[in-house]
Amino acid sequence: MKKSSGITSKLPAAAALAVVVLLWLGASEGGLVPAFMLPSPVQVCRALAADLPVLAENAWVTLLEAAWGLGLGVALALALATLMHWVRPLYRALYPLLVITQTIPTIAIAPLLVLWMGFGMAPKVTLVALTTFFPIAVSLLEGYASTDRAAAGLLRSMGATRWQIFRHLEFPSALSHFFSGLRVSVSYAVVGAVISEWLGGFEGLGVYMTRVKKAYAFDKMFAVILVIVAVSLLLMALVTLLRRRACPWEKFEKIERND
Amino acid sequence: MSGPEAALRAEHVTKSYGGRTVIQDVSLRLEQGELVCLLGISGAGKTTLFHSLSGLERPEEGRVLLFGEDVTGTPGKISYMLQRDLLLPHKKIPDNAALPLVIRGVRAREARERALSYFPQFGLEGTEDKYPAQLSGGMRQRAALLRTFLGARGVALLDEPFSALDALTKREIHRWYMEMMDQLRLTTLFITHDIDEAILLSDRVCVLSGRPGRIAAEIRVDPPRPRDLSFSLSGEFLAYKRQILALLEA
Repeated sequence: MKKSSGITSKLPAAAALAVVVLLWLGASEGGLVPAFMLPSPVQVCRALAADLPVLAENAWVTLLEAAWGLGLGVALALALATLMHWVRPLYRALYPLLVITQTIPTIAIAPLLVLWMGFGMAPKVTLVALTTFFPIAVSLLEGYASTDRAAAGLLRSMGATRWQIFRHLEFPSALSHFFSGLRVSVSYAVVGAVISEWLGGFEGLGVYMTRVKKAYAFDKMFAVILVIVAVSLLLMALVTLLRRRACPWEKFEKIERND
Repeated sequence: MSGPEAALRAEHVTKSYGGRTVIQDVSLRLEQGELVCLLGISGAGKTTLFHSLSGLERPEEGRVLLFGEDVTGTPGKISYMLQRDLLLPHKKIPDNAALPLVIRGVRAREARERALSYFPQFGLEGTEDKYPAQLSGGMRQRAALLRTFLGARGVALLDEPFSALDALTKREIHRWYMEMMDQLRLTTLFITHDIDEAILLSDRVCVLSGRPGRIAAEIRVDPPRPRDLSFSLSGEFLAYKRQILALLEA
C-alpha cells in the first residue's frame, strides 16, 4: 500500500522531467535553436560519456571540497549554536551579526579567499564552510527554541540538570530542524565549491567548466552541469538517509499527522 | 512522634506569584496507599500546589515531607504527571518510562530492564520496540503512568491524568489504576475536575477553593476500594456528589 502510493506520488515529477527533456530535444534537433548554442540531449550524453574519466576525476575533487567544507560548517554551527543556546547574552550579541554576515554574497568573498589562501583546497573549503554554516546554525537555534516547555518542566520535576535536559530533550528535539538545515546546506556546498574553483585552481568541476567555456564546447558545459546536479542530488540523498537513521521516530509521526 | 510516618505531608504551605498569594496555609496528610483527590474550580491554585509539592517551586512558607524527610523545594523526590503524557517522541516506550531512573543516575541499560519488568502489569506488552507516536492515547497514558511510578518514591502527584481520554478508555484505566495502586502500595494525590471520577477513585476528596486557595473541606469516601460501576450508580454515590457540589458552589 505505502510503497505504491510512494511511486504514484513521484509519477507527476517524472512526467514533468520527461516533458522538459522532450521539449529540449525538439528545440535542438528540430533546428529551432542552432546546435552550437543549445546542444541536443543526445550530444550532451555523448560528451558526458566521452569525458567521463576526466569529469569523474574533477567531480571527486569538488565533492571532497564540498564534503570537507560541509563538515567544517556543521561542526562550527553545532558548536556555536549550542553555545549561543546555553549562554543567552551570547545569543543576543551574535545573532544579528550572524544574519548580517549572511548578506555578504559568496561570489564577493571568494576572490578574497583565493588571494589570502592561494589556489589550493583551503579557500574552497573555507568558502563552503562559510556558506553552509548559517542555515545549519539557524535551524539548530530554532530547534533548540522549539523544545516543549512542559516537557522541560517535567524533566526538571524529575530533578534533571541543565545538561540532562539538553541531552534528553533539547538536542533530540532539534535534530529534525538540524537535518532540514543540512539539506539546504548540501546544495549550497556544491555550488560554493564550484564557484570558488572558477576563481582559481587546478582541478575540480569549476576549473573544468571555465576550460570548456573558453573552448565554446557547449555540449561539455551541459555535461558538467549534469554532473553538478548529480553530485548535489547524491549528497541530498545521503542527508535523507542519515536523517532516517538518526531520527527513526519521524516516520511514525508523519503517519499520525496524515490521519 | 507516634504512629507510622505519613507518606506525604504538606504543612502550612503558602505560595505567591508577583505579590499575589495563590495558595495559603494548605496542609495535607496522605497515609501510605491512600488516594486523595483535589477538587476545585479553575484558578483555585491546584497547579501551584502541585508545583510546590513536587519541588518545582519553593513555597514561601511551610514544608513538604516525604515519609518524614523534608523535600521542600527539592525536585526529583515526588513524581508529577500532567494531563498531556509528555512522552518524548524520540525515545522508545521503555526508555521513556525509564527516564526518571536515568535522570537519577541509573545506567541506561539497567533502567530499561527495570522499566520492562513492569510492562505486563501496566498492560504495555508489545510496545517494547515502539515510539510514542505509534501508541493509542490510553496506552500512552499507561506508559506515562509507568514513568511516574518509576520516578516516585512511593508518592505520585497526578494532574488530571485521564481527562483527555474518552469515556470508555477512562473507565477501563480507572479500574486498572485502582488495582495497580494497591499492588504497588502507591500513594496518590490526584487533581481532577470530574466529580464522578473523584468519588469513584478516592479515599478522601479535598475541596480547594477561594482566593487565595485553601482547603475548604474534606470528605471521606467510605466504601472500600476498588469500587465497581454499581457504586457509581448507587444512592450513596449521589449523596456524596450532592455534598461535594454544595461545597464547590459555596
